[in-house]
Amino acid sequence: MAAVVEVRGLVNRFGNQVVHDRLDLEVGKDEVFGIVGASGSGKSVLLRSILGLQRPHAGVVKIDGHDITHLSEAQLRPIKARYGVAFQQGALYSGLTLLQNVQFPILEYADVARPALDELARLKIRLVGLAAEAAGKYPAQLSGGMVKRAAIARALALDPRLLFLDEPTSGLDPVSAAAFDDLVLYLQRQLRLTIVMITHDLDSIFRTCNRVGVIVDGRMVSDTLERIVNHPHPWIQAYFHGERAHARLGGGVQRGA
Amino acid sequence: MAVEVRRSAAGLELELTGEWGALQFPLLEAQLAAVDLTAAREVLIGTERLTALELSGAWALREFVRRARTAGVSVSFRGEPPDQLRLVEETLQESARGAAPAAAPARAPRAVVLAIIGRDAVAVGREMLAGLAFVGRAASTLARSLTSLKRLRPISITRHVYDTGITAVPITALIAFLISVIVAYLSAQQLRGLGVDIYVVDLVAIGVLRELGVLLTSIIVAGRSGSAFAAELGSMKLNEEVDALTATGIDPFEVLVVPRLLGLTIALPLLTVIADLIGLAGGAVLCRYLLEMPLTQYVNRVSYAISYSTFWVGMIKSPVFALLIAGAGCYHGLQVRSSARELGRQVTLAVVQAIFFVILADALFAVLFMKINF
Repeated sequence: MAAVVEVRGLVNRFGNQVVHDRLDLEVGKDEVFGIVGASGSGKSVLLRSILGLQRPHAGVVKIDGHDITHLSEAQLRPIKARYGVAFQQGALYSGLTLLQNVQFPILEYADVARPALDELARLKIRLVGLAAEAAGKYPAQLSGGMVKRAAIARALALDPRLLFLDEPTSGLDPVSAAAFDDLVLYLQRQLRLTIVMITHDLDSIFRTCNRVGVIVDGRMVSDTLERIVNHPHPWIQAYFHGERAHARLGGGVQRGA
Repeated sequence: MAVEVRRSAAGLELELTGEWGALQFPLLEAQLAAVDLTAAREVLIGTERLTALELSGAWALREFVRRARTAGVSVSFRGEPPDQLRLVEETLQESARGAAPAAAPARAPRAVVLAIIGRDAVAVGREMLAGLAFVGRAASTLARSLTSLKRLRPISITRHVYDTGITAVPITALIAFLISVIVAYLSAQQLRGLGVDIYVVDLVAIGVLRELGVLLTSIIVAGRSGSAFAAELGSMKLNEEVDALTATGIDPFEVLVVPRLLGLTIALPLLTVIADLIGLAGGAVLCRYLLEMPLTQYVNRVSYAISYSTFWVGMIKSPVFALLIAGAGCYHGLQVRSSARELGRQVTLAVVQAIFFVILADALFAVLFMKINF
């Protein structure tokens, strides 16, 4: 099966500092793929490269088989309609209500008329578990957890099959974070989404991801969750078997390698 | 074609084809609306040829099914009804449990008008109070800051003198030059007919020193720095930097407002001096080439026409204008709440109010100076 997201030989540099050194990544259909890495390892740069916000120095980024690194803005537009992005801080348009935020991409891409437009946007808002009353509120009136959900509602406005999440559970209390993981799983199953998410949250990784990619030394090591925890690289060992991971792993996964 | 319609013995057969997503929604909606249900008693829907049925498409289908059923037509699917329909129903029902709040009872129109007047009056009153509170707090913080050098934050003040003053020198000089040329040219045209073109010098010198130098400089600075103050403080406010200061026990007025007030109060008088000099030079150039007046005669006439007070009338006003501009900029910057649009609105208000206050104050000064014969 063709990969939904495919990155080959990605190189990103800032001056002399090499962030990505021939990084490879492949995400298949219906996967929930978690991207993990130390702070400063270039997770956000990777996401920006995949989204076409930043041209990499070298390498190929394919979404649904289309190489996006050499396309113009106009050629990128139809491809951008195929995926949704929920940014870390939500990045909701502060001058628009939640309803208008969700309607905005629909209006830009498809000329949907009024009553149906409202209903479609409300459907997406309800789908992510927000109350109907939230639709009329401005982003500043929403709580942190609601903003995260609202960002997903907007990302899903155009019915994409591919969803990017940037640290979806950061800044949420454990209960809300668990509920959020459930939402991600629910959406993945119901809408048959492919999800790529950057996260630090071990609970979230163990609950939602089937495959995990770890950025170490500018490269990506990716494997299924069961296998990656036993990878010999010291940072990966420290990440999955460190002090904070112990509670989670318990006796479930044997420390190996 | 997203919907193919066939007539059968019992009614209609709909064959759904292609991709049904948000991007195709207008087409789907139009085609489903075009399906004529009047003669039909039964509708059979086939979904095997759909390549993708997304949530938006499913919603369109659901609406169609509802329309058909309310028209008394029975709807059935060939095979299983698509899963997405169930998801749409589930999603909509779940929120129905949370029962939407009853709509607010409509008020009589007269009461609405009254309510609007009342609300606006209260808003205006609140704004005036907030403005007054700002002036009071800025003044008391300023007084406190003056007691110690550390609190005065000289480095910060220097930065503002540089940003609002030194970088504004070229544009201020250019405008002062052009304005004095305009005044000289205009008055030369009128006074020549009377044969008293020597008075052009008086007009330029007095006009520039008393009014134009300081007024135009203030208006340029209001546009440049008043907006910059409001935008800086406004985005800090949006970024919660102001809250971070307060939470650290640092008074944002001391760190943000007072250095800007003082910085501009130093910069604007200096800019005014430059504008005065360049303005007089502009007058000299025009008198030399248009009126063919020797430079020595121009200088003599200027020193005859003006006194110390002419210069000081302009200079006294400039720190007052500086405080008004910086105050308006900082006040509106700190008023920014929650959205990018609000930031734009407050920056606009800052500049408009700064210019308005400057001109109003100038008018008051004119009356005052006339009364005391200054």
